Amino acid sequence: MGTQGKLNDGSTSIWQKFGPLFALLLLFIVIAALNPSFLEPLNIMNLLRQTSINALIAFGMTFIILTGGIDLSVGSILALSSALMAGMMVSGMDPILAILVGVLLGTLMGVLNGLLITKGKMAPFIATLATMTIYRGLTLVYTEGKPVTGLGDSELFQMLGRGYFFGIPVPVVIMIIAFFVLWFLLHKMSFGRKTYAIGGNEKSSRISGIKVDRVKIMIYGIAGTMAALAGAILTSRLNSAQPTAGQAYEMDAIAAVVLGGTSLSGGKGRLFGTLIGVLIIGTLNNGLNLLGVSSFYQQVVKGVVIIVAVLLDRKKS
Amino acid sequence: MKIEMRDIYKAFGQNKVLEGVDFDLEPGEVHALMGENGAGKSTLMNILTGLHKQDKGTVKINGVETVFKNSLEAERSGLAFIRQELNIWPEMTVLENLFIGRELTNAFGVLKTKEMQKIASDIFKTLNISLPFDKEAGFCSVGEQQMIEIAKALMTDAEVIIMDEPTAALTDREIEKLFEIMKELTAKGVSLVYISHRMEEIFAICDRITVMRDGKTVDTTPIPETSFEEVVKKMVGRELEDRFPHREAKPGETVLEIKELSRKGVFNYVNMSVRRGEILGVAGLMGAGRTEIMRALFGVDQADSGEVFIEGKKVSIRQPIDAVKHGLAFITENRKDEGLILDFSVRENIGLPNLGSFAPNGIVKANEEKQFVEMMVKRLSVKTASPETIIGNLSGGNQQKVVIAKWIGTSPKVLIMDEPTRGIDVGAKREIYELMNELTERGLAIIMVSSELPEVLGMSDRILVIHEGKIAGELGRQEATQEKIMALATGGN
Repeated sequence: MGTQGKLNDGSTSIWQKFGPLFALLLLFIVIAALNPSFLEPLNIMNLLRQTSINALIAFGMTFIILTGGIDLSVGSILALSSALMAGMMVSGMDPILAILVGVLLGTLMGVLNGLLITKGKMAPFIATLATMTIYRGLTLVYTEGKPVTGLGDSELFQMLGRGYFFGIPVPVVIMIIAFFVLWFLLHKMSFGRKTYAIGGNEKSSRISGIKVDRVKIMIYGIAGTMAALAGAILTSRLNSAQPTAGQAYEMDAIAAVVLGGTSLSGGKGRLFGTLIGVLIIGTLNNGLNLLGVSSFYQQVVKGVVIIVAVLLDRKKS
Repeated sequence: MKIEMRDIYKAFGQNKVLEGVDFDLEPGEVHALMGENGAGKSTLMNILTGLHKQDKGTVKINGVETVFKNSLEAERSGLAFIRQELNIWPEMTVLENLFIGRELTNAFGVLKTKEMQKIASDIFKTLNISLPFDKEAGFCSVGEQQMIEIAKALMTDAEVIIMDEPTAALTDREIEKLFEIMKELTAKGVSLVYISHRMEEIFAICDRITVMRDGKTVDTTPIPETSFEEVVKKMVGRELEDRFPHREAKPGETVLEIKELSRKGVFNYVNMSVRRGEILGVAGLMGAGRTEIMRALFGVDQADSGEVFIEGKKVSIRQPIDAVKHGLAFITENRKDEGLILDFSVRENIGLPNLGSFAPNGIVKANEEKQFVEMMVKRLSVKTASPETIIGNLSGGNQQKVVIAKWIGTSPKVLIMDEPTRGIDVGAKREIYELMNELTERGLAIIMVSSELPEVLGMSDRILVIHEGKIAGELGRQEATQEKIMALATGGN
């Protein structure tokens, strides 16, 4: 009844809105105090570039988690589309065209996930667990387990991962553009409203005339696209496609989304939160490296940060 | 058990819910607790059963002042609270549900199934219930699930059982059964608190009635000394005109026609039609297939065969979006589960089926949406602090108005209302009836499925009675009576 309902008023609490941002600032201050070189522009640019790949994947993941789903296959999609792009380039295709085709193939891989989940009525976890190994397996088959190299020297392709745009690394520019495009899609367009609605209550959404299946398929398609785009950047950075690329990237993406305050049960969260979550993870990686913390300990710290963030998030309610 | 609650105060933050409530319960009585939604009934009972602690005031049990630390302690002391949302594990069997959390085990922790069955069958015998122990609770009817809860309460030797809207989802036969059980319980000295919005039932079964309004007790009276009108007056604090507004229908041409609609094992060869400006009442027992017919009509479930015509044209409805496009709207019986998105604001809920018009090219025109929502909120007099309030914080009646608002926005030709006033207080009910009249005056056709016979009789222009998946008969407004409807609904004639 009304009385109990009033207890949980203010469902977007201060923590939910700004908590991750405070955490990021705190992290910045602590690391900068311990090692002032952290704040040098070169390092910050480096940090952002390191972050951009996880950011792109996590943006797509945010949509999926908002509907109450999950996608474990994004790392494999990254690898497979990267291998296919590289393969097309090696066989002489125009690099830009190869990238476009490769990204489109990533979209299709995501759409296939969506079809399994909606039309095949499979749980997202199971469906994408299966496609995770399928896409990874196909990558290994296609590359015969070896890196694909000899991608030519197209300047535009080199730019993608290594270039600068007015002093800002191109991957960072792509991350920023992707953020604004997806932010608009999620918060200003009916597509975004439908995404939240499905996560909030799928039955009500369907009865309200939302084509739930179609929206979900599109969302998994977006996640696939973003993973493949990240794959393109990685391919350019490494000037090769690695068969083991992107392994466990889905975990970093999920961690970023959760750190950003999005609920794994769907319906609640914001894309801005994910951006902050990505930056927290990036800052931790970069900062701990700078402070000389062993990469073994870094993993422990990352896990602890996730637990603390979720506990704080829980406390609000 | 004798209970005296004196001068109880309780506030949640700024929100004062109880402001000096008195409540007494004698051994072996059925005590009705009535009041509009938000009057504080649930909070009072939550204090009695240890979920909340009062800010001020005393609770005496058998003359001893008592403060329970938590609900478990209250339960152990013999107070059971059967909530509106039943506490049932649908995937577990009846027996498992009965003993959940207090299974009997031997020294090694192995379940003593035989012994549990013995205890359960004894309880079922005293209650005169027959239910197979190995049936999954999810396959039991709501009535049967309630019986499980009552049996559970008795197994803990409850001396006080509080029932919150126990009959909201029961068929008339199940209600009769419940009343028999209640009588047996009181004969054993168990006291019952009966929270309900259904006046007829309260006057049929209760000994005394306490009316609450705005967090205060209005008074407590023996049932024989009061009347229906008096109770309503106390509840709303003013004279309420007749329960149903005057209705004058001028039905126009047929807008929706269903021919031979069937879904195997659920309903067969259903024919019905509804005209502009008409309210078609659909009555029948729970499980007769009324809701299922509406769900198939709206494309939520698939019909196996049959045809649907809208304004004379045959249409194909495979999923809800098709129904919406053809001018149908569906207010489901369960607004929390299927009608609303509880985390969404009032604005977002009303906007949902109307995104097509606010976002013709995908971009939501925030201003248009806001204006539309404000207009709707005003027109339906939804009581909400702002359109941005999360819908879960509104009372049941106001939530229902939002469900209606979101569908009116789509300018439907036919509005299907399944149990339009379930769980809503008297004042809000009347407002919804008035709204239905206003909508039909503008030419909307309404199909109203309802289990409340007075509502069916008071609002319908024509009544269809469903029995076991078939239309058992049709009654005009003038000829319809409760007896005739019940005869058709139970398969008589």
